[in-house]
Amino acid sequence: MSALKIIRWAAWALVVVALFGFGAIALGWIQVEKLGRGNRQPVVTTSGVPAIGGPFSLVNHHGERVSQDTFKGKPTAYFFGFTHCPEVCPTTLFEMTQHLKTLGPDAERLNVVFVTVDPERDTPDLLKTYLESFDPRIVALTGTPEEVASAAKAFRISYRKVPTEGDNYTMDHSSSVIVTDANGELLSLIDYHEDEASALAKLRRAIQG
Amino acid sequence: MTKPFLAALISTLAIGIMPGAMAQPSESYRAGSIVVETPWARATPGGATVAGGYMRITNTGSEPDRLVAGSSVIAERFEVHRSTVVDGVARMEPVTGGLEIRPGQTVELKPGTMHAMLVNLRQGLKQGDTVAGMLVFEKAGVLKIKYHVAGIGAQASPEAPSAHGNH
Repeated sequence: MSALKIIRWAAWALVVVALFGFGAIALGWIQVEKLGRGNRQPVVTTSGVPAIGGPFSLVNHHGERVSQDTFKGKPTAYFFGFTHCPEVCPTTLFEMTQHLKTLGPDAERLNVVFVTVDPERDTPDLLKTYLESFDPRIVALTGTPEEVASAAKAFRISYRKVPTEGDNYTMDHSSSVIVTDANGELLSLIDYHEDEASALAKLRRAIQG
Repeated sequence: MTKPFLAALISTLAIGIMPGAMAQPSESYRAGSIVVETPWARATPGGATVAGGYMRITNTGSEPDRLVAGSSVIAERFEVHRSTVVDGVARMEPVTGGLEIRPGQTVELKPGTMHAMLVNLRQGLKQGDTVAGMLVFEKAGVLKIKYHVAGIGAQASPEAPSAHGNH
């Protein structure tokens, strides 16, 4: 091989490497600048029916394995939270307790399910004790961190661990109550600050099918 | 930081819990230029390890002051947090460096916004209980207070007239 030929091969090899490098940089730029930084945006579906709610496998506060099918047959109000929560979670469970009381016999035709987003601390035993302060019909669910993450994803619930003083932490989490029909399809959402009459109307609508 | 040390020191000095104490008319406590009105807390569900504490703090002086620490007999730690619900997401962030109260300002700790958080409860809080606690201000110093305990979902102090509208 002549020296000239070796130089020519080397030059082409450099061009290929350079093109590859530019390509990678361009791709990275497009992902960061055009598609939003990272994947922090929630998934948005544009089909007619919002894809909120879906299959899950978790453990209830009696230690029994449950799935979405366990709650089918009745409309269900799902709320995601955690017990180390001073305000939003006890307030929501307290309000659900009041709603069940107001609904009277109709309340028997509704499931109310509290799913923890803090499975590391919220064991079935702790959830059982916690629920003693609320309506006995409310069910609490926990699982492995992976099972909880998968359930939260199915319900489009976002949550995040936030460190506080010492080695403690708190959780940021979606705070709406998700109401599904007897088949597990989304019916409505009840916001945290929604007034009692409006929340009750949504629950009644769900019960009446 | 000296804050955890201070809180630990003060909790060893704090008084006691008086279950079933009679609710008294609106209470206020004063240390220096700082006035604290109607401290109250929410009853906690079984197994809960945190409780929210609420009150109105007014600085009647001409210099800013800060709530830098606190304690209560029933909890290991005292923190001040700001909670928000924005776009359906509930968040809580600690207020760091002390809660500032400017001259003439009243800072209200109430459900849904700023609150004191009693962390790592030694016992649950029951409606009707009275809980002794302390607040430490940078300038005004130590102030002994008593929290009246309202129901789990209460929005206001059991002493406030509006509390009856929430049941």
